[in-house]
Amino acid sequence: MNITINGELLTIKGASLVKVLQSFGAKPPFAVAINGEFIPQSLHDSTNINDGDSIELLSPIQGG
Amino acid sequence: MQSNDYLTIYGEQLSSRLLIGSALYPSPAVMEESISASGAQIVTVSLRRQQSAAAGDDFWQLIKNTGLKILPNTAGCHSVKEAVTLAKMCREVFATDWIKLELIGDDYNLQPDPFALLKATEILINDGFKVLPYCTDDLVLCQRLNELGCEVLMPWGAPIGTGKGLLNSYNLKTIRERLPNTTLIVDAGLGLPSHACQALELGYDAVLLNSAIAGAGCPITMSRAFKAAVEAGRFAYNAKAMPEKDLAAPSTPTMGMPFWHQQ
Repeated sequence: MNITINGELLTIKGASLVKVLQSFGAKPPFAVAINGEFIPQSLHDSTNINDGDSIELLSPIQGG
Repeated sequence: MQSNDYLTIYGEQLSSRLLIGSALYPSPAVMEESISASGAQIVTVSLRRQQSAAAGDDFWQLIKNTGLKILPNTAGCHSVKEAVTLAKMCREVFATDWIKLELIGDDYNLQPDPFALLKATEILINDGFKVLPYCTDDLVLCQRLNELGCEVLMPWGAPIGTGKGLLNSYNLKTIRERLPNTTLIVDAGLGLPSHACQALELGYDAVLLNSAIAGAGCPITMSRAFKAAVEAGRFAYNAKAMPEKDLAAPSTPTMGMPFWHQQ
C-alpha cells in the first residue's frame, strides 16, 4: 500500500505504525499524527497504518 | 528588580520579564550565549517535520542544557484543527501543558485569526492546556480569551519580525486598564530595547521577542540591552511616572533669582 510520511511517498506492505517509524529511521524525541490526528505515544504499538494514510513525524526545532 | 516583584504565568513565579525565542540566530553558539545574556527563564520552541535527525537533536540538546522553561508554539498553523493537533504533539514532546497558541489569519502581515483563535483556545483549555494566545491588540478579543480561562494574554506590538515597536499604545494601554489582573505580555513586533521598555512602562508584565535580538548585528550585546530595558521599564512602572503637562514648569527654583528686576 501507499502512504506518505512527512510528505514523502512510500510503498509498504501492511504494517504497524511502529514498524513504519522504524523503517523511516525516526529518532526520538518525536510526536506523530496520522491524517491530521495526534496519535499519543501510548497508542503507537496498537496503531496500524492503512492505504493512503498521511503520517506526520515532528521533532523539536527553533521557534519564536 | 524588587525581590518580590514576580512575573506570574499560570501560578509559576519568575523573576525575569523577558521571554526569548530560539530562532534566527547566526549560529547555535550565538543562540546559546544570547539566551544566557538575556536572563530569560522561558524560551520558545516549535515542532517541524523530522528531516536530519542528528541536526534536530543537537538543537534540542542545547535548549535542554539551558535548563529554562519551555514554551512551545503553534507557529504557522492556519486552522483550528492544525493548531489543536500541533499543540497536542508539543505537549507530548516537550512535556508541558503550556502552549503559545498562534493561529495565522492573513499571510501578508501574519495577523492572528481572532475567530479561530477563540475556538482553538476553548478546545485546548477544555483539554487541560494552559494557553498563552498570541493575539491582536483588540480589547474585546482579549476579554473573550480571558473569559475562556486564559490567565495570560499576548497581544502583538506590531506584526511578527517587523521591529516597528508598539504601533497602537492606546489599545495596549486600554487592555491593561480593562484587564488589571491578567498577565499581559507584548509578543512580536519589537525592534529596539526602548520598545520593550515602553511596554513595561505601560504596565505590561513582560515581553516576548526573538527577531529583535537574533537579527541584531551583535545578538549577544542586544540581548543584554533588552534585559536592561525590561528591568528599567518595570522599575519605571512601579515608580509611577509624573503626570504629563502641557505647560512648562521650571525645575530650578525661581526664588532668589539674580538679575531679577520688576518691569
